[in-house]
Order: sequence, then C-alpha cells, then structure tokens
Amino acid sequence: MKKYWPIAVAVGLLAIVPFVTTSNVVLNFLITTLLIALVGQGWNLLGGYGGQYSFGHAAFFGTAAYTTAILQVQYGINAWVGLLAGIVAGALVGVVIGVLCFRSGLRGSYFSLVTLAFAEVLRIIASVTPITGAGVGTLIKLDLRPESFQFQSRVPFYWIVLIMVALSLVVVRAVENSRFGAYLVAIRENEGAASALGINTFAVKLAAITISAAITAAAGCFYAQYFLFIDAAIAYGPRISIDALLAPIVGGAGTLFASLFGALVIKALGEATKLLTGDAPGLDLVIYGVVLIAVVGLAPRGIAGLLTALFRWPFRTPAQPERGNG
Amino acid sequence: MAESLLVVENVSKRFGGLVAIDRASFHVKTGSITALIGPNGAGKTTLFSIISGFLPTDDGRVLYDGSDITAEPPHKRARRGVARTFQIVQPFATLTVRENIAIGSHLWQRSRAAALDAANHVALAVGLGAQLEAPAATLTVAGSKRLELARALAIAPRLVLLDEVLAGLNPSEIRDMVPVVRELATRGMTILMTEHVMQAVTALAEYVLVLAQGRIIARGTVQEVAADPGVVEAYLGAGAAKRITAGTPHA
Amino acid sequence: MLSPVILVPAALNGLMAGAVYALVALGLTLIYGVLHIINFAHGALLTAAMFAAFFAFTLLGVDPYLGALLLAPLFFAIGYALERFIIGPVAHGEDRNFLLVTLGLAIVIENALLYFFRADTRTINLPYAFDVVEIGPAFVAVPRLIAFGAVIAVAVALWTMMRWTDTGRAIRAVAKEKLGAELCGINVAHIYATTFGLGTACVAVAACLLIPTYYVNPTAGEAFVLIAFTIVVLGGMGSIAGAMIGGLCVGVVESLSSIFLGESLGQIGIFIMFIIVLLARPSGLFGARS
Repeated sequence: MKKYWPIAVAVGLLAIVPFVTTSNVVLNFLITTLLIALVGQGWNLLGGYGGQYSFGHAAFFGTAAYTTAILQVQYGINAWVGLLAGIVAGALVGVVIGVLCFRSGLRGSYFSLVTLAFAEVLRIIASVTPITGAGVGTLIKLDLRPESFQFQSRVPFYWIVLIMVALSLVVVRAVENSRFGAYLVAIRENEGAASALGINTFAVKLAAITISAAITAAAGCFYAQYFLFIDAAIAYGPRISIDALLAPIVGGAGTLFASLFGALVIKALGEATKLLTGDAPGLDLVIYGVVLIAVVGLAPRGIAGLLTALFRWPFRTPAQPERGNG
Repeated sequence: MAESLLVVENVSKRFGGLVAIDRASFHVKTGSITALIGPNGAGKTTLFSIISGFLPTDDGRVLYDGSDITAEPPHKRARRGVARTFQIVQPFATLTVRENIAIGSHLWQRSRAAALDAANHVALAVGLGAQLEAPAATLTVAGSKRLELARALAIAPRLVLLDEVLAGLNPSEIRDMVPVVRELATRGMTILMTEHVMQAVTALAEYVLVLAQGRIIARGTVQEVAADPGVVEAYLGAGAAKRITAGTPHA
Repeated sequence: MLSPVILVPAALNGLMAGAVYALVALGLTLIYGVLHIINFAHGALLTAAMFAAFFAFTLLGVDPYLGALLLAPLFFAIGYALERFIIGPVAHGEDRNFLLVTLGLAIVIENALLYFFRADTRTINLPYAFDVVEIGPAFVAVPRLIAFGAVIAVAVALWTMMRWTDTGRAIRAVAKEKLGAELCGINVAHIYATTFGLGTACVAVAACLLIPTYYVNPTAGEAFVLIAFTIVVLGGMGSIAGAMIGGLCVGVVESLSSIFLGESLGQIGIFIMFIIVLLARPSGLFGARS
C-alpha cells in the first residue's frame, strides 16, 4: 500500500516558503506553478493512470472559471460558493463528454480529437455569447476581502492553492490504493482483458473523467480569483490544454508527483527562457514543444522515471514493456 | 446448478459475406472438460468470443446456468462466473504478475490488500509463485499462458473458456500444464477448451466437439470423434478417410 | 434568406473553399491511411507553408500559383525529414507517442513562427485576385476557380501515382500490411517518410492556393486543423475519395451555416458535425469498419 507521508513532506517543504521569503516574484512563480500542477493533476488521473489522453482539458478549466466569474458578476453570488459551483460545473462537463465519448467506445487518438473539438466549440461559443462578455471577457470586481476570496497579499492565495494541490495529491494516492485505481490502470493497459475480468470499463472511465474534471475545475476557479479576469482564449484556449498534459508527461505520467515535478520544470524553463531572451512571445512555447518531444523520445517515463533509474527510489512508474517480446 | 452449465443454441455469425459460425448448437455438462477442436479457420475463437460476450451473435442464444446471456456485455458475464483466456495473451504489461492476478481477485475483494493476498494463492496454484514480483512483460510464453489462466481463475469462475492455452508450449511445458487444467475440473469448474495439441485433448477431454467451417460436424468421446470419417476429411482433405481405410494414405 | 440568389453563390463559394479544405484533408488522410497516426502537426505545417508562400511572393516576387511548384518539393523534403529523423525514432511505434510528438512539433513550429514573425496578420496583393467569373447567378473569384482546378489536378495526380508507380504500390502495400510489405523487401521507414512528405507537400500546395484570398499569421493553420480532421473523419480515415467529397461537403456546410449563424458561429457547425460523426461512426462515411 502506498504511503501518504511523501505528500506531507512535499507539502511541508512548500509550506515553509512564505516564512522564508516575502518576495512577490517568488510567490507569484510558485502560485502559478502550483496552479499548473493542479490543472495537470486532473489530467494525470485520466491520462496518466487511465491512459485516456485528453487534448481539451481546458473545457473543464474554462467552464469552472466562467461559472464562478459569471455567478459573482451577474448574480452577486459569493466567491466561495462560486468555487463550489465551478467545480460542480466543470465536473458536469466531464460527465457529459465522458458519457458521449465512452458510450461510443471512443479511444486513443479519436478521444483526443473529440476532446480537442469540445474545447474549441466552447471557446467559440464563449467568444461570442454576451453572458461571458464575448470577445471582451469577464472582469471580476475588485473586493479585497477574504469573504470574497480575494486578498491583499499573495500569501493567502499561496496557502489556498497549496491546500488544493495537497488535496489533489491525497485524492490520487487514495485512488492508487483502491480497487478503482487498480481497475483504471488495468483499462489503460488492456481494456479488453479488463472487461473479461468483470470490470465495467464505461463506469470506471466515466468516474475517472469526472474526478479529473473536478480537479482541473478547481484550478479554473482559483485562476479566476487570482487574476480576476477571464476570456475565451484564456479559459478554453490551447495553452491550458497543453499545460495540462505537458506537466504530468514531463513529470512521469501515471505517478503521484508527476504534475508537481513537471510544473516546476516547465515553469522554471519558461522563466529561464524569458530571462535569457526577453519577453518575446512564442519562444517559451517553442521550448515546451521541444521538451515534450525530448521527453517522449528520451525519457518516456518522465522525471519520475529518471529518478527511479538514477537513484532506485521507490517511485513506481508505468514501465515500458520490452520491445520485441511478441 | 443446471445440468448443462453452458448451452449454445443455434448460434450463427456472419462477417460480410463469410459465414463464420453456422447454426452451432451444443451443451457443456456442468463439471466436465469439453474440448472444441477443428482445423484452422474453423471458427473456434469466434465462437469463444461470442460465448464470452466480445462478439454479438447474428442468431441464436447463449444460455448460462439456465439464464439467457446472449445480450450481456463481457463484464457482466464475468461477474456471473464466465472466465476466458485469450489465444494471444493479453497481460497488463507494466504490472507485476501479482498485480495482474489481483485485478481478477478484485471482482470479489474490494480491498487492495485482500485482493493482492488472494492473488498470491492463485499464483501458487498455477505455479507462478516464484514470479509474483516480475513485470508481466518479462514472462516467457509458458509463464504468460499461466498468467492468463491465473487471472481468469482469480475471478472465481464456474465456467472457464480456455482458448488454446497450450499453444506455443514445448512438450515438457505441455506436460506440466495438463495437470493444472485437470485440477480446475477437480475443483468443480466446468471447462470448455479449444486446442490443437491432441495429446492434451486426449488426456483431458471427456467430451469433444469438432468444428469445421463454422459447423459442428461431430461430437462424442475422443475415440468416437477420431474414428469419424467426416472429421478425418475436415483435417486431411476430401477423400482422405477412404484412402486411409483402403490402406493407401497418399493420394 | 433562403432564395436561390443567395444560396447558390454561397454553395458555389463553399464548394471552392471546400476544395482547398479537401486538399489539406487529403494530406492528412494519406498519412493516416499509411502510418495510422493522426498528424497533429498538419495545421502548423500548413501555416509554415503559408508563410513560405507569402515570403516567396513578397521577397522574391514569385506568383503563388507558380510558387507551388517550388514549395511542394521543398515541403515534401521537410516532411520526409521530419518523419524519418524525428517523429519515427522518437515515437518508437507507440500510438500515444505519435500523438504527443506531432503535438510537440505543432507547438514548436507555430510558436517559432510566432517568435520570428510576430502575431501580425499579413495579406498579399495579387493583381488578379479580385477578378471574377460569372457562373450562373454567382460571381466566383478567379483565385477560387484556379484553386478548385488545381486541387482536382493534384488529386488526380496522386491517384495516378498510387495506382501506377512502384512507390505508389509500395505505399499501398505498407498501408494494407506492414509486416508483409517489409518481408517483400520494402523499406518501411522510407515509405513512411515518403508518405508523410507527400502529405506535407499537399499542404504546401494548399497554402499557395490559399494566400491570394486568405490572411497569414501564426495561427492561420490552426483553423484548418480541426476542419481537416472533420473531413477526414467524415470521409473515412485513409480514403482519398472520402477526403475529396468530405472536403467539398464541409465547404458547403460552412458557407451555408455562415449565412444563418454569422461568420464566427459558422465554424461551430463544422465542429459539431465533427463530434457527431466521431460519436456515431468513427470510421467515417467511406472508411472501413474498424
């Protein structure tokens, strides 16, 4: 049975940061990194553990962000209620996409394509309908009170996103230790064999996409509160969908800390690129693309895999089967 | 329990213009070992896929323990107690042998610890005790076949469909596997096996069905079926039976 | 709104636009039919080709339609090299890896273009770009007519090549039965790369046909990716005829739904059709049942 103490250690280490520094630069960097880690943790559950590669996770992120923003701006609903509503909304989108895709038995590349299409449809709708502010986007009114999920200092935001990440880690570890998690991995490895052993693959995949969507949705709500602005490109654009899959793949898809490691690496790379070459748009994503290709080609098990190989740490990674065995 | 655990009634299957199974009907007696034999391309695996729910049938019914399961998906059949192995082994490659088997045990054990524990016992029963921690992808052919069997057994089935479980094994490996299969029947399971390895069929099967070109052309004990001229023809070609009895085996 | 005077020209224009979509889809379906991978880099390669065509015109004064004769072989080589030396080796033959590698390439190419050329939208001024030809109740722009003709020509050329040349036969062999083809002495890695090159060349020609009437910016190709995917799925993964017919259909659907839903929502019609087709019949209208 996998233990929970590594989560405590990792979160503990991160919790020390606000006591060690008051630099806004560092805090902002870590907050956005943890945000990506959260988005990616959702993806990791469905893609890393379940083997269903979504290319449109923005659908969950954006729906949650818009839900909480619209509820606050148009209906005066409290931001914390908005957080809950956003998570539910994102999870519902997950259910809808899951039912549609998995009922039809859509897998592999087809599944990736359809999720891409869903995100794109939502983006187009969001960019023209009045309730989302159409092309202009939605601005959440500044109201720096904790009751409104807004804070003067970055530190409370840091705690909140750290708690969210910690919760997501606990959830995934619990899944790893459960029958549901074992079934999910079995489906990833061989869906036919899994159903021959009594697994209702539709139900398991549906549950996975729902939880995955909920986790990413939480990140969407947080984004809305932290940046106080959301528009169609941010909410449903490819950037978020790419971050969602890149972080866990770099970190080692299918392992607990994949998304956290991966997010740290890609954000660090992004910042380093900006330092070296100025703020030119596009270069950081070029690096991301190269990293993706490099990881797939050279280190398919990601950082977790490299660590296992180098230090024989007890990071269980989905091993690549030997080629030429069949 | 019904007298015949499995009843296949008038099952037919077409792929485009090709008739793969043509009105197949048979019973499998509870607690027996029945072999389904026939030349290559006869439709044995297709029949298995229909019985286990991976292929829909165009016609006819499949009855398990008296209930009509014709329209049920594979996972529901597994829960009723129908297990199958695959001709081309389908391991969960990145999981260990124990974890592979535990997936099967989980059908009746909710807790991870209990399922892993149950997996140990199943592994020992089929002789995989030494390889519990090995990744499934590293097993030899014989090991993989045992794993297929172990996984199927882990769901505590009453009907076990063995799809060429001895294919690819050398004679000594076959000799080692035969008692494992016989042991299943001793424990009360009903077995329907397809096999090309005749020594195993002779050693194990109480009842034999011969499938050729989608039709059941003979049924009975091994001796009865071997003497059937229709069966000889199905394997060796038209006119072979006559030539053999006439003492001139070659055309 | 529903009078023929509006509908027919819209349909005709849709048909012309659809021809170019069909060409893009042709490249995609060819790649899928042989390599069995969904090339996520297709749109980015189209964008790159559009930039190339743009600069060929503005810097070298090369007319885009003639430029196609230059860019097609150039992009064939680029596609060949990409598959042979990056995609193939990196993916180790696994489906999931192909998805990720081609996605990675798409990200690299698009953002490299963004970095070097900024996000500005550019267009070219072709002297005859606004000439029109009268067809029935419609006035069809000359570039669109040329594009239509060119696409038909390319499709026929491709079909002929596949049917009558050794390479074409080899490609079809690999598509049908890779192991068997290998055993017959066909160099599968070379065929894979050649096919990818052909698909990329299609995209290069499409780019040249597009820039007289379309704009160029780093995300221009993105719009075509999903449309191309829709066509490929609609027409059947791997079916050339399906890609052609699917392209024309999609062009008409887009044109007509733009009338009823407005420009921006017109694209939605395509994506929704895409989702519906994938859910109902993933093998497409012409494809083999998987």
